[in-house]
Amino acid sequence: MRHLLDTKALSRADALEILDVAEDMADTQQREVKKLPTLRGKTVVNLFFEDSTRTRISFEAAAKRLSADVINFSAKGSSVSKGESLQDTAQTLQAIGADAVVIRHGASGAPRTLATSGWITAGVVNAGDGTHEHPTQALLDAFTIRKRRFGTGSRGQDLSGVKVTIVGDILHSRVARSNVWLLHTLGAEVTLVAPPTLVPQDVSAWPARILFDLDDAIAAKPDALMMLRIQLERMNAAYFPTEREYSRRWGLDARRFAVLGTGSMVMHPGPMNRGLEISTEAADSARSTVLDQVTNGVCVRMAVLYLLLAGVRDARHASNQREDAK
Amino acid sequence: MTEVLLIRGAKLEGGGAADLIIDGGVITETGASLSRAGATVIDADGLVALPGLVDLHTHLREPGYEASETVLTGSRAAAAGGYTAVFAMPNTSPVADTAGVVEQELALGEAAGFVTVQPIGAVTVGQKGERLAELGAMADSRARVRVFSDDGFCVWDPLIMRRALEYVKAFDGVIAQHAQDPRLTEGAQMNEGAVSAELGLAGWPAVAEESIIARDVLLAEHVGSRLHVCHLSTAGSVDIIRWAKRRGVNVTAEVTPHHLLLTDELARGYDAHFKVNPPLRREEDVRAVREGLADGTIDIVATDHAPHPTEAKACEWSAAANGMVGLESALRVVQLAMVETGMLTWADVARVMSRTPARIGRLAGHGTPLTAGEPASVTLYDPAPTRVFEKTDLRGRSLNSPYLGRELPGEVRWTLHRGVATVADGTLLDAPGVRS
Repeated sequence: MRHLLDTKALSRADALEILDVAEDMADTQQREVKKLPTLRGKTVVNLFFEDSTRTRISFEAAAKRLSADVINFSAKGSSVSKGESLQDTAQTLQAIGADAVVIRHGASGAPRTLATSGWITAGVVNAGDGTHEHPTQALLDAFTIRKRRFGTGSRGQDLSGVKVTIVGDILHSRVARSNVWLLHTLGAEVTLVAPPTLVPQDVSAWPARILFDLDDAIAAKPDALMMLRIQLERMNAAYFPTEREYSRRWGLDARRFAVLGTGSMVMHPGPMNRGLEISTEAADSARSTVLDQVTNGVCVRMAVLYLLLAGVRDARHASNQREDAK
Repeated sequence: MTEVLLIRGAKLEGGGAADLIIDGGVITETGASLSRAGATVIDADGLVALPGLVDLHTHLREPGYEASETVLTGSRAAAAGGYTAVFAMPNTSPVADTAGVVEQELALGEAAGFVTVQPIGAVTVGQKGERLAELGAMADSRARVRVFSDDGFCVWDPLIMRRALEYVKAFDGVIAQHAQDPRLTEGAQMNEGAVSAELGLAGWPAVAEESIIARDVLLAEHVGSRLHVCHLSTAGSVDIIRWAKRRGVNVTAEVTPHHLLLTDELARGYDAHFKVNPPLRREEDVRAVREGLADGTIDIVATDHAPHPTEAKACEWSAAANGMVGLESALRVVQLAMVETGMLTWADVARVMSRTPARIGRLAGHGTPLTAGEPASVTLYDPAPTRVFEKTDLRGRSLNSPYLGRELPGEVRWTLHRGVATVADGTLLDAPGVRS
């Protein structure tokens, strides 16, 4: 794998490989000593143009457990208006000798621009770009669903027939986009629930069903119900009238949580607005996967960094061996 | 003492071959087998002769943004594309909203000498949309401004738009509207539709253009004024203009070459060379604007030539500037999109790229017939070759073309501006009329 920019272009085989390697990584994390020597001597740069402590420390933990050197580069503010351009930042990282760049950026497409510009030879991992994609989040969500469903028999399994419902601000959500593509690729049935104002104007090409009514969606007994964080500033742009109304119509409150079957897991990418899109009852229940998602996030990111930085070499090595065998 | 030119065997506006004699900036004779002692003979066998192209929508960037373009470099780009006149948009710094600035623009164009540079005046002071600029002073100035536009910004306030439409009747002016509802396009990055939904880029909905056009044609009808719609880009806009023209509204409309050829699918790689305002639209919109141009609903092709320095495009999509250079490629793109599809003849091309833009802009001496006694602004174009469009085809200061690496037909062989060659035998001259 050269880069991980999105899940749209990720094949089923590649997605399963990441999830299966993440299973191996998860096994290593049960040991007393969690650190592996795999990426010793490699440099991973966390290039964060937006604040995201959760995602950054997850990538940082993943890289460190693989013994990579980690540089955290916080480049807040938009590139053109506030000084250094993406190009200059990228070329600086190239000069420092980055082997992989994990980029979080407020502009959709910035990771692709970085990967295709020729400014840098490092592998690029998209850690969330604008309202486009957040592929490692979708991978950890898929990993979590699979783990809950298949337990130790997860390896090699896809999500055929699994019903996943994603609720919230679909329009602005990179998590939703990445999940729609990845879950579909893995065979899941995806339903999106949102106020009509927070659904993109044309989603005819999306492999997902769109509902406006959360109660209808819950009545369909989803295997996983994923609540997205709602940003209160959306109110000011007339997407919905008040947080109370949003919460009443699209929040997973105690009543809806009670209706939701015991076989359904409740997911949230965090950080949660308790009492707004998700009630404490739901968030803290045994059916909640919120903390599993955090734990699994490290394993999935270990897998991605491993495949990016060690995988190519190993694959070449393996193919050489095959050549030798002929 | 300009040289006398004898053009042999050019297909006049794509029709029958004829000879032309050009002397003293005027076509003095047309016919078969002409001869003139001492004349420089141009073998135009196989070439199409068009009246020199007129661009109603060019950004020359000077004064203020000389890193992107100057009047001289933009004039050279225009000549290379077969143009002999360009209308310069007023979004310079300072804004061309006074007689002084438009006269400066005019003088810079005269000094450059490659094309006629006709300034457009801003409608409102500083293009802020709040109060009318001194439109009469610009009209009465040496620049004789007849086209007024806040291009880049929409004259959004309906009352200001109404007053502007009314006021310019005093001197046969026209308001060229950049139709974009600002509230519906806050933060907009590309056409709103299936592609923007996938890419996570904020949408620029078609209705933000169409609603302003609908309002403006009704205003123009109400006050009996002349309205010109800049860079129309959607199927709905074509329908509204068609409806308005049937009602007898005095409206004209333009489409850019890029909206005749390119679609929003090109945004998928987040390559900001495809970022433009109004944005590239859907395939069905491209079809509709082609049909609109073919049936006369859309009157003209205008480039919206918008030069930007490299760093304004080599960055994240949302940080990149809007706009594409277009002067050097326009005629070739029109050949590809309209002539080779059978939707326009060369005579139609002469109409939509020269005659009608000159008429809308009330620019004398351009877009005139290729007949004896008329000014000799002429483009000789070879439609036969097909070549990859390259950076070397770009003759202005900026390289932000969406066509780089794409095959385009045609080649401008000669551009004559008032009888003086600016492009000779396929080569852009260092100075007008000076051949080595």
